[in-house]
Amino acid sequence: MADKPRILFCHCNYAQVVPEEVKAGVLQSLCESGQAFEAVADLCEMAARRDPALKRLAAGEAPVKIAACYPRAVKWLFGGCQAPLSADRTEVVNMRELSAKDAARALLDEKVTPNLAADGLAAATEGEKKI
Amino acid sequence: MAIADEITLRIVLYEGAGAATLDAAERGSTLTALLGKGYAVTCAGSGAVAPADDSALLVLGRFENGQTPEAEDANGAVPIRFRDIDGLDSEGITALVEEERKSTQTAQHGEWKPWFPVIDYDRCTNCMQCLSFCLFDVYGVDDEQEIQVQNNDNCKTNCPACSRVCPEAAIMFPKYKSGPINGDVVSDGDLNREKMKIDISALLGGDIYQMLRDRSQRSRSRFSKERSSDKALGERTKCLTKLAAEADIDIPLEVLQSLPSADEIAEKSAAANAKATAALAAQKSG
Ligand code: SF4
Ligand code: SF4
Repeated sequence: MADKPRILFCHCNYAQVVPEEVKAGVLQSLCESGQAFEAVADLCEMAARRDPALKRLAAGEAPVKIAACYPRAVKWLFGGCQAPLSADRTEVVNMRELSAKDAARALLDEKVTPNLAADGLAAATEGEKKI
Repeated sequence: MAIADEITLRIVLYEGAGAATLDAAERGSTLTALLGKGYAVTCAGSGAVAPADDSALLVLGRFENGQTPEAEDANGAVPIRFRDIDGLDSEGITALVEEERKSTQTAQHGEWKPWFPVIDYDRCTNCMQCLSFCLFDVYGVDDEQEIQVQNNDNCKTNCPACSRVCPEAAIMFPKYKSGPINGDVVSDGDLNREKMKIDISALLGGDIYQMLRDRSQRSRSRFSKERSSDKALGERTKCLTKLAAEADIDIPLEVLQSLPSADEIAEKSAAANAKATAALAAQKSG
């Protein structure tokens, strides 16, 4: 199906900010799902090295679901590397705040609920949906 | 070589035609081991994955009869290597990938904790306060005089100080422990909080040294008698810890201790200020 979202999982390797059990639980669910997915060690590290792979990960017409941390941080890690994520087609699943079960469910659900602020809207304040 | 110039290795875990399927546990342990070493892995299964690019590709799989295919991309531009992982556990697979990484001279990961400011351009007003504050040349401006993080590996690990000087709470450190610096939503309360607006230039500048001078003067006789550099260092450590705690700005001690001399700070801060002033002037005239 053309609109099936692509999945990107960030392992947040170089810090303990995403709970270990959440990372491991989400990765396990992905491995059990039979779904294709991309797993990266640390999106921050990729952004630091301006890894061209960020462009590939953000590219394409299919919607993207990203398991990482706060949507605002993820948006600008990509945005700062000239690899902008589409606000209409990207859902960031925040593993810092969700349980492994809820994060995996959100990730594997084919329905995409975009949750990045549209460009130029400094609306990342209390009104923004928190995921 | 600057990290931004290094080429990274993309790994594909292949389970399609001509290769055996891994069970979920094997897939999980292989991925965990490779991610732990810093690699990016595409796990082929049902559904789409990101398109190819110019990164070097290493395809791992349990190939039938151990026969690995030969291939290159349609243009012959991307080297694709296949390696059979039959009979290898996750440790063996990681060792094999490390070998490939070395032979393809692609980037080694994990030598630096990725700690650097990330600017939220939806919030940033291009006021240049971060540029004039940072002593380590992390910030610069692009051709359009827009603020940019240019030397992110100059940033001092675990130090979120510049995020405190940003009046718009536009500077994030995604690996920071709490919001809004970690990218969590910014509340009106955050913007009003004195802590967010604290001018810590004074702390990083002369004040520390004044304080240290005062303190060391008080204990000079003891130092000169003992001539112990360890003790002097201990005193400096105590001073700086106290200062950092009083200001409640959470600058790691190692950072405070690695600051340049007072004169160098004055020089660097004047240079950073000049850069910011020039960028602001160019904005106005442009
Ligand atoms: S993007 Fe978020 S989850 Fe991923 S490495 Fe950075 S801080 Fe960790
Ligand atoms: S201090 Fe904040 S608002 Fe000002 S230029 Fe830096 S990031 Fe932008």
